[in-house]
Order: sequence, then structure tokens, then C-alpha cells
Amino acid sequence: MKNHLHTLKGAVVLALGLAAASATAQAGGEQYFPLQSYRVGPYAAGGTGFFGGFIDYLQYVNIKEGGVNGVKLTWSECETEYVVEKGVECYERLKKGLNGAPAAATNPLSVGIAYATLERSTADKLPLITINHGRTDSTDGSVFPYVFPLQLNPYSEVSAIINYIGQKSGGLAKLKGKKIAVLYHGSPYGKETNPILELLSKKYGFQLVSLEVPHPGNEQQSQWLTIRQQKPDWVILRGWGVMNPVALKTAQKTGYPADHIIGNIWSNSEEDAAPAGAAAKGFISITTHPSGSQFPVLQGIKKTVLDAGKGNLADPKRFGTVYYNLGVVNGILNVEAVRLAQAKFGKKPLTGEQVRWGFEHLHFDDKRLKEVGALGLLQPLQLSCADHEGGGAVRFQQWDGQQWKVISPWVQADRKLLRPIIEDSSHKYAKEKGITPRDCSKES
Amino acid sequence: MFYQESGQFSTRYRQDGRALRLWQQRAALWALLALAFGLLPFIGNDYWFSAILIPFLVLSLAGLGLNLLTGYAGQLSLGSAAFMAVGAFASYKLQFLLPGLPLLLSFVAGGVVAAAVGVVFGLPSLRIKGFYLLVSTLAAQFFVEWLLTKFAWFSNGNESGVITAPPLLVAGHDFGSPAGRYLLTLSVVLPLFVLAANLVRSSLGRNWMAVRDMDTAAAVIGIPILRTKLLAFAISSFILGVAGSLWAFTYLGTVEPHGFDLSRSFQVLFIIILGGMGSILGNFLGAAFIVLLPIVLSILSGSLLSGVLPAGQLENLQKIIFGVLIILFLIKEPDGLARLWQGWRARARLWPLRF
Repeated sequence: MKNHLHTLKGAVVLALGLAAASATAQAGGEQYFPLQSYRVGPYAAGGTGFFGGFIDYLQYVNIKEGGVNGVKLTWSECETEYVVEKGVECYERLKKGLNGAPAAATNPLSVGIAYATLERSTADKLPLITINHGRTDSTDGSVFPYVFPLQLNPYSEVSAIINYIGQKSGGLAKLKGKKIAVLYHGSPYGKETNPILELLSKKYGFQLVSLEVPHPGNEQQSQWLTIRQQKPDWVILRGWGVMNPVALKTAQKTGYPADHIIGNIWSNSEEDAAPAGAAAKGFISITTHPSGSQFPVLQGIKKTVLDAGKGNLADPKRFGTVYYNLGVVNGILNVEAVRLAQAKFGKKPLTGEQVRWGFEHLHFDDKRLKEVGALGLLQPLQLSCADHEGGGAVRFQQWDGQQWKVISPWVQADRKLLRPIIEDSSHKYAKEKGITPRDCSKES
Repeated sequence: MFYQESGQFSTRYRQDGRALRLWQQRAALWALLALAFGLLPFIGNDYWFSAILIPFLVLSLAGLGLNLLTGYAGQLSLGSAAFMAVGAFASYKLQFLLPGLPLLLSFVAGGVVAAAVGVVFGLPSLRIKGFYLLVSTLAAQFFVEWLLTKFAWFSNGNESGVITAPPLLVAGHDFGSPAGRYLLTLSVVLPLFVLAANLVRSSLGRNWMAVRDMDTAAAVIGIPILRTKLLAFAISSFILGVAGSLWAFTYLGTVEPHGFDLSRSFQVLFIIILGGMGSILGNFLGAAFIVLLPIVLSILSGSLLSGVLPAGQLENLQKIIFGVLIILFLIKEPDGLARLWQGWRARARLWPLRF
């Protein structure tokens, strides 16, 4: 047993030595992305797709353009398994950069880890990117200078869904008297949007039926029987993991039509619909980015990265799927922030604080989207000091039994309506924490 | 040779009752304390404080809580994380109900609430034992998690059930920096360990051990079973509750009920199984093992094997190695790391002679 201890001690010493060596070596001329990835555990499907797309895009920029203005992009991974403590450990391990290359931003793709590193990121001046998820009130950049729920926060998500239902019914005024059921995962994530739905139901006069599905959601008979009795016009599915295919199958069993079920942002991947088989046919869901590989940027990645055998995906068939494309979109946004910040601070590796400026000035119009080859893949968006979300639009897609087909143009959330609620919440947070919000009119 | 007790006599009852009777032990303890309080806060970096030392201390404390109940009083429990959650949410909520409540006092109050909940879920232990009791504590685990998720009142109206740490102010000093959070954690954990080390040598501790070894026999010699078992649940839950508050406030800074799920209970259970049941030191050893080994494996594989294997397989490989190490270790030393330490001590006594 003494031997074991020796081995262990040896391992510790070795590890510390390596860590120290890697911290002192100087490379220079590189911008580092710390990746708190997850490739094992229950959410591995999302993690491998997202981080695969993200890494492939970074490789693409390196190969095609030699980095951003000559500054090579570099990255390293640390496995979080979607577990909060591991994510915190990874954050602390990676935040200092790699081989002298400073960290640009962290992208944990996990609500829990994002919450746990929110205050750390602010203290360390390192942007925290929570694309399509995260803390809704961090949209208010005056209180959360380092947090960016890019594209879509949870409130915008439901608001856009209601707007879409309004369009389908022939105008928001027609929502009056309609009945909409929401089937949500019994977790903090699932419940987060309930107050907004209630608010919208009062505003537009539709009747709301809220049904909770306990985690993990592999038994939903009673909820769908209730839905059958109540006969709602639409069902919003706010699911997660196994809950999604089970919902679709049970809907079919109880005779509710799949094309009146609208899945939210975590119910919109191939992995959510395909396991339900024929029951998923016609299922509608929102997405901030269509799947598919026809976009020029994806074709470029295919040519320079995948075909060269450097792709990050273990299964090349997942190229162009929802999670992969989200990773690519995230890569585009991160790299663009670095590019913008370089224009202001110089073409050199930048600190997290400088990259934050870049994020805050992200601006994608159709012209710029065309330049990066992402027209139709990424929505037009513009961020500012006060607005860290930027977009707030989604497209709707329908499952044809094999793949997702986009069926709508960009549908905007009612962001004006949501803004006061977000500010209420962020100001409450600021008060609790003793933060004085920045004056955004003075920011450049 | 280095570890001789010869020539050290107890001439007073007070000396005889000391927890550490040899000067070598006391010197080592003082040296450790000097290191922990005097040196580490100055030489450590953010990574060491936030990712290694604080979780190590908090998990040691959680291990201690469960060890009192399982290792000393013999009551199996899978509800450790639930009691941690109660402690965390109670001290959070009390901060809001009683504005101006000092931080340390809110930790204590959180512990007291956890103790009360612990007693309630400990009541079945009077009738059922062993695996059946395990099931009852499992109920606590699921019930508490559900309750805290279901009612937003516990998280102060936050619909998503997430609580965040209040400013870490003690007597006007801000302990918000990584080094400060480490010192705060250490200053809460140590007194509780001192308390527990003395508790297990008191008459209550001896009662616990009597109940653990055979509760019928203990009842026959006049030990009040009801009181002894419920006190074990209360004190254990108190310590777990404080550990939960520290986990939420000084370590992560923000938690949701899901952060105290069943796997956390298992983690605490593994700490005492690996560290050593019925040992105070074992909690530190077990926690160090659980916290450090995965990190070491991950850093090693990240730097040595990163190009050789795909990242996903590398992660699975680490899990296999971690599992194999635990199995091998339990075969070689089923009594845990604390037992190993004892053996090493016995050797040190005779060194350089052979054991």
C-alpha cells in the first residue's frame, strides 16, 4: 500500500510540474479559448456536437485565414460532464490562458456552470458567453458587464413562440380565447419562463394550461390525458433530453397532433425528434439557426477541415446537425468579437476585458453575414452596452420524419415588453450584491 | 524512532484526557495549522484556493458529518446531500428574513434547521435498521430536493430555485477573495472538527459506538437508545448543514437544489468509506482522495495523452482508471486510508528497525 501512496505522490508532483511548465512557457501571438466541454455523461450528445462545431470553426479560421489578423487561435479542453463543480474547477484551471496566450472568453454551455462562474468571470474580467441560454436578466449589460446570453434568452424564446402562434392564427388579436398548454420539465430550467407565459396570457387573453413533468420525464400519460380533456389549440414543449421523444410518442397515443406541438430551444435537435420515430413527423420547434450544411461557411469547414481529416466529430454524419451548427454559430460570434476588439486595441492577443468590448459591439447585418458565409444560419444581431442579447429572433422548423425543414422566416420576440421585467430582475440583483450599474450612455 | 511515546507520562487527569497525547502529534498539528493559516493564504493561487483547497475542506466537513452518524453511531444514511441542501437554503433564507444577521450566525442557524430536519428523518431509525434505514434517508434525499424546487419561497421567489451567496462579510471584513473564502472556510471547518474529535471521546461518543456495535446490548447496559440515535442524527445533520452552507456560499457562490442530488450523497459516502469509517482523520484523507485524484488524472491525461486519443475516449478512460483505483484500494485496505495512516505510524515507531 505504501507503494500506492508513492505512485500517487509521484503523479501529483508530476502533474504540478507539468502545470507549472505549461504556465511559464511563452508562445505569444496566440489567442486562447478555454473550452469547458462535456463529452461523457447524460448530455454528451449536446456537448460533442457543440464543441465539435466550435473547434472546427476555430480550425477553419486558422487554416483559411491564418487566425484573426495573423493571431492564431488556440484552445484546450477540460471535461465538465455538465457537473457544476467540475466546471468551476475547469474554469479556474483554464482562465489564466495557455502558454502565454490570454483567454478570450468562456463558453460552458451549461446553465449551472454559467451561474456558478458568473461572479468569478466578472471578478476575473473574462467574458462569459451563454449562447441561447443562461440567466435572463444578464441581458442587462449595465449590471452584468461580462455576461452575454447571445442571440436568445429564455424570455425572448417564449415570447417568440407566442408571436408565431399569433401569426398562425391570423394576428395577435386572434389569440383571445385560444387555449395554449405548456408542458415543462420539472426543474429550474423548465419553470423559468412560467411567469412570462402568465403575463403574455393576460396581455393577449389566451388561456394558459401549465403542466409539469417530473424529471426525467419518461412517464407522461397523465399529463397528456389532461391535454386531451382540455383540448388546447397548441402545446408548447419545454423539454429536456428523454422527455422530448416520450412527449411526442405519448401525444400520438392520446391522439394529439404533432404539428400543433412546438418544441423550445432544448427540444429542437435531431436527437430529440428522431427517437420518437413516426410520432415525431410534423413536430414543430424553434431554432436560432437551421440545421443543414448548405451554408458557405459550413461548406468551407467541410473542405478545409473535415476533408483534410482534421474534423473534431467522432461521427462525421453529425456534420450540419443542430448542435454542431450551434457550435459553428458560437464560433463565428466569438471570433467576430475578437476581430472587432483587435480593430480597437491592435492586432495582438487580447485580454478578456478587451474582447468584452468586442462582444459588446457585435453587429451582424446581412452584408456582414454574407461576408462570413452565414446568411440564413445566423440571425442579424446587434449588441450594445445595455443589450447583451442582441437578436431575440427564432425560426421555426418542422420534422419531416428524417430531418428538420425550416418553415418560417425570423420571428421576433416582443423585446420591448420583456425589457422592463429583465431590468426589474437585474436591478434587484444589483441591489442584493451592492453593484452600481454602469451608465451605458457614457460607454463608447 | 521518531514516533516514540517513551518518556512521555501523564501526571494529571487533564493531560491524560488530551486528544493528542504525544508531543510529536501536537507538534505536527501546530505545524499543519501554521501552514494552513500562516503560509498557504500567501503562497496559494486562485486555482488552488477555488478548485482544490475549499472543496477539499467543505467535503471533509461533510464527511465528518456523515462519519459521526454512520461511522460512529452505525446508522446508515443516504440523505447527506439533503441535509446539506437544508443548511444552505436555510441560511440563505434566514439572511433575508432577518436582515443584518451576521454571516457566521446564519451558518449556525442553517445547521440548526438542518439538525431539526435530520431528527425528523432520523425517527424511523428507532424501529428500522441497516438497509431499511437507508431507504428512509433516501426519502429525505428526494423529498428535500423536490420541496426546494417546488416552492420558490425557499429561494426567495426565484422561480428557477437558484440561490446566490450574500456578500461574505464577517465583522466588517470582506472575505470575498479566493484567499479570503479559503480562510473563512478553514475557520469554520476547524472548530467543528475539534468539537467532533472531543465529542467522539465523550460519553455520548462512547454511547454511539455501543449502539453501533449492538444496540440491544447497549440498551441492556442502560444507554438511552432514543436519545443517542436522535442526537447522532441531529449533530450529524448540523455539521452537514454547515457544510452545505459553505458549499453554497464560500465554494460555488451559487447553487440550485439539483446541486445537492443523490450523487452528492454518494460522494460523501465514498469519502467516509475510502477515508475510514469511525475516524476523524479519515474524513480529510477521503476528501483529498475524492477531490484530488480526478483532477490529477485529468491534468495528466490532458498533457500526456491529448494527441494520442480522441478527447471523448480520454474522459472515459479516466473514469475507468478512477474506478479501478478505488476497487484495488478497497481490496488492499478495506478499512480505508485512515487505517493506512495508522500502519504507517506503527512503522515509524520502530524505524529503523523492521516492523
